[in-house]
Amino acid sequence: MDIIRKITKANLCGRGGAAFPTAKKWKMVKEAKGEKKYVIANGSEGEPGVFKDTYIVEKYPEKLIKGVLLAMEAVGAQNAYLYLRADLYEKHKKNLREIIQEKILRQAQNDTIKITVFREDGKYLNGEETTLLNSIERKRSEPRYKPPYPTECGLWGCPTLVNNVETFYQVAQIADDNYKNQRFYSISGKVQNEGVFELEVDLTVDQVLKKTKNYPERAFFVQTGGGAHGFIYTKDECKNALLQGAGALVVHDYQEDPLEILKFWTEFFLLRNCGQCIPCREGFYRINQLLKQDEIDYELIKEILYVMADASYCGLGQFAPEGYLDFIKKILKR
Amino acid sequence: MPKINVQINGKRYTTEKEVSILKFCQEIGVEIPTLCFHPDIKFHANCKLCVVEIEGWPRLNPACAIKLQEGMKIQTDTDRVHRTRRMILQYVFGEHVTDCKDCLRSNNCKLRKYAKQYKVEKPIFKPRKKNRPLYTCGNTITFDTRKCIECRNCIDVCRKQGIGFINLERKGYRSTVKPHDEPKNDCIYCGQCINHCPVGAIHSRKEFDCVMDEIKNKDKIVVCQIAPSIRVSIGEEFGIPHGQIMTGQLVAGVKKLGFDKVFDVQTGADFTTIEEAKEFVDRLQNNKILPMFTTCCPAWYKYVEQKHPELIPNCTTARSPNMMNGAIIKEYYSKLINVPREKICVVAVMPCTAKKFEVERRELDIDGVPPVDYVITTRELAHMMRLSRIDLSKINEENFDSPIGESTGASAIYGASGGVMESALRTAYFLATGKELKDVNFKQVRGSLKGIKRATVEIEGTELRVAVVNGLGNTEEIIAEIKQDPEAYHYIEVMTCPGGCIAGGGQPLPVNDEIRKKRAEALYQIDTKKKIRVAHQNPEVKKVYQDFFDKSPGLAHRILHTHYEPRSKSEVEMYTCPIMKKFTKKNSNL
Repeated sequence: MDIIRKITKANLCGRGGAAFPTAKKWKMVKEAKGEKKYVIANGSEGEPGVFKDTYIVEKYPEKLIKGVLLAMEAVGAQNAYLYLRADLYEKHKKNLREIIQEKILRQAQNDTIKITVFREDGKYLNGEETTLLNSIERKRSEPRYKPPYPTECGLWGCPTLVNNVETFYQVAQIADDNYKNQRFYSISGKVQNEGVFELEVDLTVDQVLKKTKNYPERAFFVQTGGGAHGFIYTKDECKNALLQGAGALVVHDYQEDPLEILKFWTEFFLLRNCGQCIPCREGFYRINQLLKQDEIDYELIKEILYVMADASYCGLGQFAPEGYLDFIKKILKR
Repeated sequence: MPKINVQINGKRYTTEKEVSILKFCQEIGVEIPTLCFHPDIKFHANCKLCVVEIEGWPRLNPACAIKLQEGMKIQTDTDRVHRTRRMILQYVFGEHVTDCKDCLRSNNCKLRKYAKQYKVEKPIFKPRKKNRPLYTCGNTITFDTRKCIECRNCIDVCRKQGIGFINLERKGYRSTVKPHDEPKNDCIYCGQCINHCPVGAIHSRKEFDCVMDEIKNKDKIVVCQIAPSIRVSIGEEFGIPHGQIMTGQLVAGVKKLGFDKVFDVQTGADFTTIEEAKEFVDRLQNNKILPMFTTCCPAWYKYVEQKHPELIPNCTTARSPNMMNGAIIKEYYSKLINVPREKICVVAVMPCTAKKFEVERRELDIDGVPPVDYVITTRELAHMMRLSRIDLSKINEENFDSPIGESTGASAIYGASGGVMESALRTAYFLATGKELKDVNFKQVRGSLKGIKRATVEIEGTELRVAVVNGLGNTEEIIAEIKQDPEAYHYIEVMTCPGGCIAGGGQPLPVNDEIRKKRAEALYQIDTKKKIRVAHQNPEVKKVYQDFFDKSPGLAHRILHTHYEPRSKSEVEMYTCPIMKKFTKKNSNL
């Protein structure tokens, strides 16, 4: 059975956060017209609460490269990039290059295929797929307007498959008939057992916390998704809430100053947005200013967030307000 | 083409065009506000003011970026849309320091219009850029980063011009648009960035207040000379439709401002045509360096000096019409009226911002006297008129003053891309053959939309290969061609601004292809209506040659020609408000 059909059967979805069906994306690139095609493994991982890609690059580099090679074969690409966050690149470039060399030689498909280990030259936003493409092309690191999507017009204008590091790992698992319908969860915050855990997909937050022996004794709330992006769930909601996004779970308790959490997110986004579109650039600047005031105008902040979610250029501005609005409603009760 | 059915604000439309929502709405008369969108360049979709609601789409979407699709149901004016637009405008006012009283754009300012329309006259955010610096390049173009909303139009248009002088630095809220630090990268002062800035954050050196002071000075004869393309564009500043010929009204308006004499740069253009055609025929017949490049465009010849000094021998030495005209006023006219040339102040109204740089070229001075003292743009002139409550739509026509007021059809078309070439060919034909053309029209070189126009023209058995470059961004293609084959062309015209002077950096705004076409058509109308359509038959010009130039050999060359030198990067000055730098004329003897 060919790999795309196997992936379809396994029902694998992208693990970068958007959960796009992997087989569908591969098919799109496979069927796209273009002399050259590219495959890119996205290891830019920048959300404060996500560290599972780091874990995979460290523990399972062979699986990652196997997944990439499978993708290259499946979509007909001669070139691939392992796009790694600077610290990951520095730490693992040697090892990864050795594995690539060995794998390519052993498989001996042909000697024209090439996998480049690429050092990310910016931060955070480069994880957004079109920003990543710009970054490889040495352009300013900021998103491109979609459409066209990378699947038809990506790196240097060629059809390009961009998948998260974990997605490629899972593809290798599928190919080896090892896939157990699992995903990696990154758990951090006010817990005893911080770390990365491989558990079934479709678990509720409660189940994840309990299975990893992380269920807090004190009253708590969690952010799921990324640690800056992501919905907020109160203790009660955790019973039914599913864990989405990039599989991060950040646990907070009520002893923290809620304002500090807001300020942490705001500073995070303020320093990491590209500045391209007004709703996001100005929105975060103004939220940052408003949070510094003695009397905080939450109505205005909410208005800023609605507009940001409704009109921003890329996922950063479109989805960042979700966490804020949840937080203001559920935790601050405004 | 398949038909596309769409609904806009509940009304059904069928179209075959694959256009953006914005373009379609503009065509059917549904107004959508825009800031960062300009039809000359690819959409940015970063101001997000043009957002609309599309049924079934989760978010609002920018109308400039989304193409019409079958079955789309679009709402352009819902509460949700207004809510976003209002917030965007608030952000814009939080970025853009409103300093309207000094702004030449204040009379047709989009921001002010939208502020009223969307009721955001009261700002809720403090202006965050008020301490940012201003950058002035070569004393000509100023980037006021306090007003910039980072739409990036200037960056794109500068790249399109083949310069790439403007750069975006840093990220997020700290990002700043500023001149390039790279020493090899220099501004050519074409002013296209000004024309594409939606908020007036870039402007050229303002000289109109100095001119007002000169007019008041009773000791001086203040002469105004007007470039060909102004007469077909200035009407727009007074609400007159595009492409209206306003020659008489313009002269009357300028006289009303208090200028002592109003002369026509078209007369100067006839001189340029003759001198340039003479040089061309000389190069052609005596096997001198070819191809010859025109140099009426000051931005273009600055580009040659800074980037292609190897092409300097290919540039005609004939001065631009503006400089010839100024020189004739100061050298010839001053003697006619018996006034020392130092007592004459020449103010040129130009469609161009690079002309402001040209007057600072000391090699053009004649015995230390600059031929032109001030250059003001069309926009500046209109601003002066508005300040003096002169409305060109309600004024009786007057004529240019003698003896520099008569012009031919050949000079009118100088303002459009291909015009200089056509005029020179008309006269070159006469100079080479001694005969007049039966048909003076060279339609192959006309047109404001095509980037490069190539043509072959036959003069008495000799086949001339000519090229017209329309927009500086296209020159490298031609330069590459002549590097490969030096005999590829005989004669090349280059105009920096797409469309030519009619869409120059100092012209009324907005400018787009449709407007370029209308303004150019008006110039060709002037040409067709003129009795004399070749420069060498201009009676005034003939008289000056007879009475003045022919009497002292070498004089024509001394005051009608110039030379070029390799050039290094001009100074970029940075300063912050409130220590605003006041404009001073450098090395001026005034």
